[in-house]
Amino acid sequence: MSIELNKICFRTLQMDKPWTLATYEQADGYKALKHILQNKVPAQDIVEQLKLSSLRGRGGAGFPTGLKWSFISPSTPAPKYVVCNADEGEPGTFKDRDILRFNPHQLLEGIIIACYVVGATDAYIYIRGEFYEPIERVAKALEEARAAGYLGKNILGSGFDCQIHFHVGAGAYICGEETALLESLEGKQGKPRFKPPFPANFGLYGRPTTINNVETFASVPVILNNGGNWFLELGKPNNGGYKIFSVSGHVNKPGNYEIPLGTPFSQLLELAGGMRDGKKLKAVIPGGSSAPVIPGDMMMDMTMDYDCISKSGSMLGSGAVIVMDDSTCMVKVLLRNAEFYHEESCGQCTPCREGTGWLERVLHRIEHGHGTAKDLELLTDVAMKMSGRTICVLADSIALPVVSFMKYYRPEFEYHIEHKRCMVD
Amino acid sequence: MSQEKPSLLSEASRAEIDQWLTKYPPAQKRSALLPALHIAQDANGGWLSPELIEAVANYLGLPPVQAYEVATFYSMYDLQPVGRHKVKVCTSISCMLRGADELLEHMEKHLKIKVGETTPDGRITLKKAECLAACGGAPAVMIDRDYHENITPEKANELLDSLK
Repeated sequence: MSIELNKICFRTLQMDKPWTLATYEQADGYKALKHILQNKVPAQDIVEQLKLSSLRGRGGAGFPTGLKWSFISPSTPAPKYVVCNADEGEPGTFKDRDILRFNPHQLLEGIIIACYVVGATDAYIYIRGEFYEPIERVAKALEEARAAGYLGKNILGSGFDCQIHFHVGAGAYICGEETALLESLEGKQGKPRFKPPFPANFGLYGRPTTINNVETFASVPVILNNGGNWFLELGKPNNGGYKIFSVSGHVNKPGNYEIPLGTPFSQLLELAGGMRDGKKLKAVIPGGSSAPVIPGDMMMDMTMDYDCISKSGSMLGSGAVIVMDDSTCMVKVLLRNAEFYHEESCGQCTPCREGTGWLERVLHRIEHGHGTAKDLELLTDVAMKMSGRTICVLADSIALPVVSFMKYYRPEFEYHIEHKRCMVD
Repeated sequence: MSQEKPSLLSEASRAEIDQWLTKYPPAQKRSALLPALHIAQDANGGWLSPELIEAVANYLGLPPVQAYEVATFYSMYDLQPVGRHKVKVCTSISCMLRGADELLEHMEKHLKIKVGETTPDGRITLKKAECLAACGGAPAVMIDRDYHENITPEKANELLDSLK
């Protein structure tokens, strides 16, 4: 069965200069917005379509978008805000960068519609600081949208006002966590806030705020043009629509593949050109580096959707599929991820600040031939003491992978300790 | 702002910061802090001195500590002088799986410096980066404002040698 690729966020990818307003308008661009404004579609109807579509947050948490958009209504007292999380940085994930570069107007249309639904007049797109090229594209798209009357005062004569601003980060993975992002947007260190209150009650500047990922917003116009049910049926129940999977690692054609949720992993692997150099699939991290690892043979029987991946004990996360062949040292992989989370821990919670350092040091000595038999218990012990004891999930993002690597690849770690070298060398 | 000495921020930098300030509610000038530090850094050869950080704080009407804590929290701010070009090699998982460690080692040898150092002629500062979100083109390297993907040692030599 062949799959029709790129039906949602990447639907204009093959067109000439897809990032321009002219191209976007040729592809029904801003049609959903015009329809809403001209017909004064009630916010509630839009929320209902999104609920029907089963669209879930594409940044990693998978929270139902329709439900999130129902928390704030046009009657909620102003000021209130819509914020777009474009601080893409979960290792393995590179989809939002391409939406920003190649389809910025669809993102803007989604954000404007979100503003209409919650009654916000200002929105911010928080883009990671390294994204100079995507930032330029977004800035240009904003100019075009303003000039065409899709943004600003009295949009298309409807009486609805909306302005979108872009904001830049400065290099901190933790700012992808929504409350850290809000802190950062307020000009502070990116340290996650205690929740509750959630952003819908206490968000940007302490005001009600709806915050979503780039891919989530960019999916909305296409859903509204075709109906929630159309989107739902593209995927499977509770896992509606298409999702972008960023495939990286040991495949022949790493890249973004926008495919229906529920597609077998084996088919995604085929799309990505299969295993590099004809090697054997060893393991897959199916949802970005925070997701627990899954052995290759198990993965080959799974489908790419929230429910299937979460049943296996991992998570779909941001849709970053990291593929590893049988030449991969699992100790080295886990060490690298531990280094990442240690570097990126914001430091405010002791279990995370200290725990990530412990994990890195213990894994470092195992990897370099200085580990002892007790170290494996220590790894699990530290991981369990981090998990669930912090303000945000950064600690779990390495603690749960540690547990999964121990579950599936313990003999490799033992071999490292006993022989002071790698099993796969 | 100090009356006796002129601000370390150029007129152009201040005008640019003013542009950013228009995006936020008038009572939320602190929101412009991250962009303002970028602007100050770019106009100062790529790094922020304590005096410059303080000048940014003064310009935004913030206590200097608020600017220091931000400048020290985020990895894109350099607090020591740097080379004319910043070369950052992504070494996170997807890049590692496709040879980032070997690439970084190769670049260290080619430039005859260690990661974190600057070439003696002040041309290049070599750094490690955490995930650049370019895993589909691993290994990825960021040079100043540009991404370069699928970098082999040969391509690395070309890129590094082209930097003046």
